[in-house]
Amino acid sequence: MTATVRPAGDRAVLVELPDSSAAVRLAQALTGRAEFVDVVPGHRTVLLTWAGERRPQELEALVESALGSGPPPGPVRRIEIPVVYDGPDLDEVAELVGLSPDEVVRRHVAAKYVVAFLGFAPGFAYLLGGDERLEVPRRANPRERVPAGSVAIAGPYSGVYPRDTPGGWRLLGRTSTTLFDPEQSRPALLAPGDRVRFVAL
Amino acid sequence: MNEVAVVRAGALTTFQDCGRPGFAHLGVPPSGAADPPAFRLANRIVGNAADAAVLEATLIGPALRFARPALVAVTGADAGATIAGHPLERGRAAEVPAGVVLELGGCREGVRAYISVRGGFAVDATLGSRSHDLLTGLGPPPLREGDLLHVGTEPARPPQRAEIVPARGEPTLFVVPGPRDDWFPSEALAALTETTWRVAAASNRIGMRLEGPALARLDRGELLSEGLVTGAIQVTSGGRPIVLGPDHPTTGGYPVIAVVVARDLPLAGQLAPGSSLRFAEYHAAPKPGNV
Repeated sequence: MTATVRPAGDRAVLVELPDSSAAVRLAQALTGRAEFVDVVPGHRTVLLTWAGERRPQELEALVESALGSGPPPGPVRRIEIPVVYDGPDLDEVAELVGLSPDEVVRRHVAAKYVVAFLGFAPGFAYLLGGDERLEVPRRANPRERVPAGSVAIAGPYSGVYPRDTPGGWRLLGRTSTTLFDPEQSRPALLAPGDRVRFVAL
Repeated sequence: MNEVAVVRAGALTTFQDCGRPGFAHLGVPPSGAADPPAFRLANRIVGNAADAAVLEATLIGPALRFARPALVAVTGADAGATIAGHPLERGRAAEVPAGVVLELGGCREGVRAYISVRGGFAVDATLGSRSHDLLTGLGPPPLREGDLLHVGTEPARPPQRAEIVPARGEPTLFVVPGPRDDWFPSEALAALTETTWRVAAASNRIGMRLEGPALARLDRGELLSEGLVTGAIQVTSGGRPIVLGPDHPTTGGYPVIAVVVARDLPLAGQLAPGSSLRFAEYHAAPKPGNV
């Protein structure tokens, strides 16, 4: 597999990979290694940061060997998120993609999602694997306040807002599932590589 | 336990410590003191553990009344600190008597001052840190007038003698080009290092916005979201550079033309709105043993 290692200052590199699943696998293989402070997957990249002035020795070899390793040991985590599909943008999305609102919901529920990466807000997971027919651009004017638990789509992604924040994604529904709780030993419900299904209530 | 009353909160005064490194993959910014050496010095002077919580005052500092005697220090920007009206030398530990006010004014020679108290400020940690995160709201909220703060238990270590605070040099930040310098024409990188930039008023711990010429971008569509580091210089679709601060979002889709080296981040954390700065390309010293 080809990976490009790009500098990101003097204490980090950005490893560029062919696709999201390669990025997830590399992140899983390097997470917890003592050489790094943070291992941050993006859509097609993994950011590796370290402390101190010394670049971890044999960094390229480390990445190379992690890329060659298979999927991480242990079972794949599967998470179901119950959703009430009554979002304020459901009708607009249906119009944009030329489907009925019911069909939008059916397709959003039918898809099998994978957590690609987290970002934007603590616990906010970018899910890939959605129905291509449901790809819609972000709203031209983001909302100043999207309520916590909003289930939303934009571009190739689906996501759930962990808390009230401004946001520009299109809101299909809402869930009462807690996405982020810093008091828990596992603060974020979703982690890169997790499989996710939405279940209509 | 000593209590500290917030007589005046200042423009933005937050608790800070070493922040939350290691949680970026969950979308949690690193946070922590914007000028880490000044933060560490503030704790060292009063004999605290290296990661004790201090107050980071921004632009205009607070006024704090101590119920019982306390040993305090102020480092970072010169905020004209006084104890009962008498000047407190920057970087020197001093006793605040019971019922007396430690007062900071407007910041000069920098924009952030650090207030430490022997014992540290006792405040609840979130994800292992007492740092307030401006982006996500994690950690204790910024000070408000009327708040009552608590001081932690006396450390075993005696107060340390202050080191000389190094003079701030000319505000030149050294940068390593990339990771997305290939999203820009060569003129843009040249403009980055040849321009004298001005810090915009709309700058904070999340990012420092810069005023100057728009940096041209190559038309390469939209960048897919990728991980970001403190010091990354993002360029917006309008060509405006933003230097990311400690409370930066963990991922983003603006291309990063260059990243400020770690050594210069404290200097970036002390640049006031309206002040000017330059960037220069960083060339690492050859490592010993390399042939």
